[in-house]
Amino acid sequence: MITASLIALPFIAAILLLLLPGNLSKWAALTATIIQAAFTAYVIVIFNINEHNSLLSNAQFIIDQPWISSIGIRFFAAIDGISMLMLILTNFLLPLIVLSTWDRPINNSKLFYFLVLLMQGALVGVFVSLDGFLYYIFWELALIPIYFIVLLWGGENRVKITFKFFIYTLLGSLFMLAAIIWLYLQTGDLHSFGVDAFYNLNLDMVQQRWIFWAFFLAYAIKIPLLPFHSWQPDTYNTAPNAGTMLLSAIMLKMGIYSVMRWLLPIAPGAVMAYADLVIILCIIGIIYASWIAIGQKEIKRLFAWSSIAHVALITAGVFTLSRTGFQGALIQMLSHGVCAVGMFFVAEIILRRRGTYAFDKLGGIREKAPVFASVFLVITFGSAALPLTSGFIGEFLLLNSLYEYNFWYATFAGLTIILGAVYMLRAFKFSMLGAAEEGSVFQDLSFTEKLVFFPIVGLIIFLGVFPQFIFNLTDESVKYLITEINQHLATGL
Amino acid sequence: MEKFAWLIPALPLIGFLFSIFFGKKVSKTVVASVASIFVLIPFILTVAIFIPFISVAEAEAIRIPLLEWINIGKLTVNYSIQLDQLSLMMMLVITGVGFLIHVYSAGYMHDDDGFHRFFAYLNLFIFFMLVLVMGSNFLMLFIGWEGVGLCSYLLIGFWYKNMDYNKAANKAFIMNRIGDLGLLLGIFLIYLRFSSFEYSRIAYEAIDIAIGDPIITTITILLFIGAIGKSAQLPLFTWLPDAMAGPTPVSALIHAATMVTAGVYLIIRTNILFTLAPFTQEIIMFVGLATALFAATIGLKQNDIKKVLAYSTVSQLGYMFFALGLGAYTAAYFHLFTHAFFKALLFLGSGSVIHAMSGEQDLRKMGGLKKALPITHATFLIGTIAIAGLPPLAGFFSKDQILASAFAHHPVLWIMGVLGALMTAFYMFRLYYLAFHGSFRGTHEQEHHLHESPKTMTFPLVILAVMSVIAGFVNVPEVLGGGHWLDNFFTPLLAGTTLILEENVHAHLSHTVEYILMGSSVLAVLAVIFYARIRYKNNGHVPAEDSEPMSFLERLLSKKYYVDELYDSIVSNPVVKGAGLLYNYIEVNFIDRIVNGVGQLVVLSSRTARFMQTGNVGFYIFAMVIGALVILAANTFLH
Amino acid sequence: MENITQFTGALTINHYLFLSSVLFSIGVMGVLLRRNFIIIFMCVELMLNAVNILLAAFSRYNGNQSGQVFVFFIMVVAAAEVAVGLAILVMIFRNIRTTDINALKNLKW
Repeated sequence: MITASLIALPFIAAILLLLLPGNLSKWAALTATIIQAAFTAYVIVIFNINEHNSLLSNAQFIIDQPWISSIGIRFFAAIDGISMLMLILTNFLLPLIVLSTWDRPINNSKLFYFLVLLMQGALVGVFVSLDGFLYYIFWELALIPIYFIVLLWGGENRVKITFKFFIYTLLGSLFMLAAIIWLYLQTGDLHSFGVDAFYNLNLDMVQQRWIFWAFFLAYAIKIPLLPFHSWQPDTYNTAPNAGTMLLSAIMLKMGIYSVMRWLLPIAPGAVMAYADLVIILCIIGIIYASWIAIGQKEIKRLFAWSSIAHVALITAGVFTLSRTGFQGALIQMLSHGVCAVGMFFVAEIILRRRGTYAFDKLGGIREKAPVFASVFLVITFGSAALPLTSGFIGEFLLLNSLYEYNFWYATFAGLTIILGAVYMLRAFKFSMLGAAEEGSVFQDLSFTEKLVFFPIVGLIIFLGVFPQFIFNLTDESVKYLITEINQHLATGL
Repeated sequence: MEKFAWLIPALPLIGFLFSIFFGKKVSKTVVASVASIFVLIPFILTVAIFIPFISVAEAEAIRIPLLEWINIGKLTVNYSIQLDQLSLMMMLVITGVGFLIHVYSAGYMHDDDGFHRFFAYLNLFIFFMLVLVMGSNFLMLFIGWEGVGLCSYLLIGFWYKNMDYNKAANKAFIMNRIGDLGLLLGIFLIYLRFSSFEYSRIAYEAIDIAIGDPIITTITILLFIGAIGKSAQLPLFTWLPDAMAGPTPVSALIHAATMVTAGVYLIIRTNILFTLAPFTQEIIMFVGLATALFAATIGLKQNDIKKVLAYSTVSQLGYMFFALGLGAYTAAYFHLFTHAFFKALLFLGSGSVIHAMSGEQDLRKMGGLKKALPITHATFLIGTIAIAGLPPLAGFFSKDQILASAFAHHPVLWIMGVLGALMTAFYMFRLYYLAFHGSFRGTHEQEHHLHESPKTMTFPLVILAVMSVIAGFVNVPEVLGGGHWLDNFFTPLLAGTTLILEENVHAHLSHTVEYILMGSSVLAVLAVIFYARIRYKNNGHVPAEDSEPMSFLERLLSKKYYVDELYDSIVSNPVVKGAGLLYNYIEVNFIDRIVNGVGQLVVLSSRTARFMQTGNVGFYIFAMVIGALVILAANTFLH
Repeated sequence: MENITQFTGALTINHYLFLSSVLFSIGVMGVLLRRNFIIIFMCVELMLNAVNILLAAFSRYNGNQSGQVFVFFIMVVAAAEVAVGLAILVMIFRNIRTTDINALKNLKW
């Protein structure tokens, strides 16, 4: 019931919002997302981290209703540690994202907030669904609101860019759909799309390889990994900042989450076989994206590229198939989500006040807006993985897992420590530092802007100092994932 | 008393939070007092822990676990404190010198708009530096290690309106990060080898490892890369002279006395691993020696008072690494200890000079400051003598111990070491005579403004001058009738090393040899000082303006061997330019073109295919019938 | 009445098949060769009814009622189709004043 309510709340809120007058819609959206966040907090409290059951170890709040029973499609969802983390990510960041749009009037705000809530519902659906068909529906459903958000409120060239974004990601998902249907056919008399059935298929190596590529293509485009990333910088750049936050902070993580939920346990042998390939791809991606980020001349594009570098490291950590790798990936997803909202909000504020993202027209902001600059500084170092910030915990664990996997991988992936500092400090220097021009104005943070930033800063530091809370939440699921993979490998080989 | 050890780092952190959040609302006096007191109390606490500690012979390290940090299966790291000989000694220096510099800053920064920000950063620095030395495991060390890098970044770029300063700050942070990556990889390898991050565990297990073990060698090389970055050794030293962009107290505290010595601390902390890796030790020795000499030669031709001191710091750090490479860990620490006092003194003294000169840093514009700044002059002279290594000041004993170890290793090393010491003596006295003697060469306005600094600034100078005189007595060698107190104190710390080498790590030279070595080096130093006196005081020689023609060697030295230019042209420019090329050629013209190409292929093929739609209904029907027939035929014949 | 049943009883399934295929072929040829779209439309109806005959015949032959159910379905569909189709035809005729399908060449690209 709890799981179903978590999915349903945003959808219900979205519909109610349509019935309200337009000038109330931002209040309605804020209320709805805060209620959802409070509800999530309540779920965290009643979530039992030590629970053991046959379904995904500590999956709880299971809802399993027949839906299209003639072909075995169920409304099957539950929350385990990993889902819980993703829910925290989604539901705690959404109020901040809504709040980030506060000071700037949006045309047709009713539709905008409707789409944002729709997006939230779809994302929650993706993160809790355990039925392949249901999961796929939410997966695609998440694409539609963001498509319209970028298309209707985007910047330059938005028609062309959104078209590419939509087709590209849709194409990837198509392969995944084929794989899901194929897996369904393999379940035979069970006629089930459920993860439990999929996990128990014991595919042979050839089948696993096919499944791997079908899923991987979908996820690699969504994450995005090199060389499937080329939709991302343009889309991020043209999207309204709230949309970029949704994309970067949450939607990217659909891909990584899905790797852990759907790809790894179903095709562990193939994952093992291709792990090196994927990790190398990720490492090239880290260096490549970081390097390009260094050369960017606009702050938002720089952030977009940094995002590619970060998720590549997360993915590499996942493919080490180790406990530290998974834990590192999970906390880094959270951390990157928080930082991403912060970074793109920084870009948004710069755009609001100065009307441009270009570095050569910025500078001297710290002098005029010290609070804003300090906040940006914390986000900069959070993103550059300074110890006692959330970014460090993630990168430390990820690099450690890579190190245990292969010395050289960690060494090259570790370049992110240096390159990350280079591009973030460049961004900070070019946008914030230097002397302000005579008579230039840059208003410091308003009340609502502070309301967005302070939780972000707080989270960056809190997660860096006390990350154990997150590890406890996810540990049981991660352990389960590892035993699941090992079992498959033992029986399969 | 140990129960309150957690307060030692916690108080500066509270001070930081206070200054950041309330600094603007209260007066400058309150900010400065709060910040200083929150460093003074930790100093008193440290002393209170230290005194019972020294009264016990070979006291055991005290470990205090505080909070859980990361716990994932076997990967467990906690916030925990380790109090032993090394960390306590470091804490004394950090809080002691730190406190003095806080007091000094209250005067020095008095007219600055960012007063509260400055003290906030200083407190934050003290916090991270204490975490660095107090942690009981490598991750605590890493927190501090990167944290002090952050503070260094913030303080170098303190006057953020000047883009050059910001550039220097970025450079410092990024060069440090290069080292940090080495350190981090080293820590990973330690974890892989020992399954733990705790010092105690590693020391315990390392004893059974054979000398020259390749993994240990790799670990030590990686750790040393970390130390190179933080302690500004070759080839990552160029950030430290640039770091002089920060306010002078910062240069004294961070870039002379404490942060830059973190690399030395790291190696002494893991001395057992380095003892197991003679190969790494050789490297450290050569890097240290090369840095000591290289930086000293650059120091000969610098005209910016702070730049001279900066290169001197690099050179002295080189000495410490030289000692570490020789396996003389105590000597390295001893030099760190004395250096902290006299270099902080020199920097603060130069700050006092700069303060009096209204911001002028060029030695060629100074001269004759002796009369106007009597206290600064006296203390600065003490510092200069101490660094030059004349007995009985602090620098003499520590430098002598390093040189003695060098001689025990190989006489040529001793000669090189003495050469470095001579250059140090020369450029320091050059600086001293140029600044304090002769006639004033600045503008009239500056001359009019000349004044001794306020008490808050001279008080730390006096204390540090006293320390520069007496600090050397903690480890007076036997030959001079001393008791090797520091050597004995550090015995438990070096127990593993001693056990592995099965002998005492101290150099064994006969007393006669030691007398000869000391005597000859002191005489040589005196000769050099005399030469500097004749050249710069009696003859009134003033270095030429930059625009005047110089010999090749002079230009090479004054341009710092063009190292910065070299790094710019082989690293930073290619990286930035390469980023543009990568974006234009690989990204836009290759990857994205393939993606768009696939899209265009679909568009093109559909454009061709649509001509099949003639619009003629008859044709459609015909095609339909044919299609039906084909399906029928296929169905019939294929089965 | 009796004669008729007797007579039909003499008819084998082959007769029905033959009739049906002839009717169907006539329909096909009409659709293919004629230009007037009303005639084409009637030919389509002819084809549908050819199939209906076949369905009814097989239903009787196999003793299975579902074939006849299908016939009704087809009749309903055909009726609906006629309604829509004729409406379209009328609209087309009003617009272009001809019933020649070769005039309808705009259905392309």
